[in-house]
Amino acid sequence: MTTTATPTQSAPETPAAIYNPKSETSLAKGIKSAIFHIVAIGLVSIVLYPALWMIASSFKPNSEIGGSNTALWSNNFSMDNFVTAMDGIGGVSTMTFFTNSLILAVGAVVGTVLSASISAYAFARINFPGRGFFFGMMIATLLLPFHVVIIPQYIVFQQLGFVDTYIPLLIGKFLAADAFFVFLMVQFMRGLPAELDEAARIDGAGHVRIFGSIMLPLMKPALISTSIFSFIWSWNDFLGPLLYLNTPEKYPLPLALRLFVDQTQSSDYGAMIAMSVLALMPVLIFFLIFQRYIVEGVSTQGLKG
Amino acid sequence: MTQTQPVSRRSPAPSLPRKSRQRGVDTRAGYTFLLPWMLGFFALTAGPMIASLYLSFTNYNLFEPPKWIGLDNYLSLFQDERFMQSVGVTVSYVVFGTPLKLAAALAVAMLLNSKRKGQGFYRSAFYAPSLIGASVSIAIVWKAMFGDAGPVDQGLSFFGINLGGWVGNPSMTMPMFVLLTVWQFGAPMVIFLAGLKQIPGELYEAASMDGAGPIRKFFNITWPMLSPVIFFNLLMETIHAFQIFNSAYIISNGEGGPAGSTLFYTLYLYLRGFSDFRMGYASAMAWLLLIVVGILTLIIFRTSKSWVHYSGDSK
Repeated sequence: MTTTATPTQSAPETPAAIYNPKSETSLAKGIKSAIFHIVAIGLVSIVLYPALWMIASSFKPNSEIGGSNTALWSNNFSMDNFVTAMDGIGGVSTMTFFTNSLILAVGAVVGTVLSASISAYAFARINFPGRGFFFGMMIATLLLPFHVVIIPQYIVFQQLGFVDTYIPLLIGKFLAADAFFVFLMVQFMRGLPAELDEAARIDGAGHVRIFGSIMLPLMKPALISTSIFSFIWSWNDFLGPLLYLNTPEKYPLPLALRLFVDQTQSSDYGAMIAMSVLALMPVLIFFLIFQRYIVEGVSTQGLKG
Repeated sequence: MTQTQPVSRRSPAPSLPRKSRQRGVDTRAGYTFLLPWMLGFFALTAGPMIASLYLSFTNYNLFEPPKWIGLDNYLSLFQDERFMQSVGVTVSYVVFGTPLKLAAALAVAMLLNSKRKGQGFYRSAFYAPSLIGASVSIAIVWKAMFGDAGPVDQGLSFFGINLGGWVGNPSMTMPMFVLLTVWQFGAPMVIFLAGLKQIPGELYEAASMDGAGPIRKFFNITWPMLSPVIFFNLLMETIHAFQIFNSAYIISNGEGGPAGSTLFYTLYLYLRGFSDFRMGYASAMAWLLLIVVGILTLIIFRTSKSWVHYSGDSK
């Protein structure tokens, strides 16, 4: 689906002239292109302004956030907000929240990659009675509002004594409850040639071998997008931890942030924003490294952000 | 090393048709591979759905056994002022936010749909908010930006508009939330862009030869050719918009204020279920949401036949 990039780079003049019936002069083209870039950069600066404001404010002293001082950059550059933010809240250091978020996110990635790839193999590559029905069910859960299940789920986990543990937050990941990822992998696997399985089957390989040594290595792109998205979704998850976790020592960052907001109540805007920046940092770093994968994943699979 | 195996396996059972044996193997393997998903489906989705349907007909507070009350929960929902308010808040959010977001997404996608340099950069930059928009961090930043004397207020007063903080003003909170969702137009924009790239350039050339202007080209080529993608984005964004929770919770401190102007449906559901412990009532709300989202999905699907055009050869 990607457009071929080679002809535009090697000979920019001639093909463009053929495609364009009006065959504009290069000056007109240059002006058009300049207007495009001015408009695009203008829009980008509006869209990225909140992020820039957040980062700039995190380095400002409290007195300069808001109020008449509207300059994005302050001369009183300081790390004080980050120092306060790292102290944490309620006697728990921010490093603990980081570690908790990391445990949950890594657990989510491992569980999702394992369970979604196994289920996707069954849906995409094995013929068995009932497959169509269950596939339909899986698609239906894609559109299901999450809120329909949270109350009974909570009751069950509460009765099992799992409240205030990570089990309710992770068990779904190991049971392929995120239908999006199953669907993504099914779509990907359907694109792989069927001759691969047939050849392996003639050689005497069973489903476990076909899955493990043929499918998994070929699915790397789908596994990578799944890992990236399940990491980011887990990292940003708020409702799950809000429902199930009670002790601050177990809080991941989003919940810690809420606690921080509750307790400081806008008295320390700077530290609050610095902590927000810290909480987003891994996502932003992920995005900078993997932006190709992320944006391609969205455009081909329709993944949500 | 496995080369001898198929031969020896095939020889002892020549009478058994290979196909039916393979079918047995496949059925067993199929259900084995699907076991984790099925466990999840029955224990975490289907089971809880049925349970919440049952609970919606009961009075249940987590500590005493559920008491059957029939349709009482559903009936009292419609006499509950806060419930009606939460419906109003959510509907206006969906009705204003989703079309604006999709319009912004389509407009920017059309702007970027050219072979000019820097496309990759612009695409990523516009997409970034979609990735972080629903996070607690951004909710905090939004609240600070739209607060009293925040940068938005300052910026507007520069133009002589003095609204004060949007956060504390019941009539300005909805525009603030709509702006937050429109800000995340990047995800549908990226999908639109992929769709626009599939439209053959010859169509536009032929139209130009016939003297069609940009507006006619948009309505006669872009819109029909893009309609499957518009349909997909509309469906996903609508379903998504009904479920907004994080930003509503953070910006209103979990209360839905001021004056209930940010009492989104899911926030009220959460408050009823997990701070009043009226689990039956909250379950009725959850099922009502499911029914409404289901009906909307059906309507979007039904009407799609009249405006979505699938070209014969997909891809």
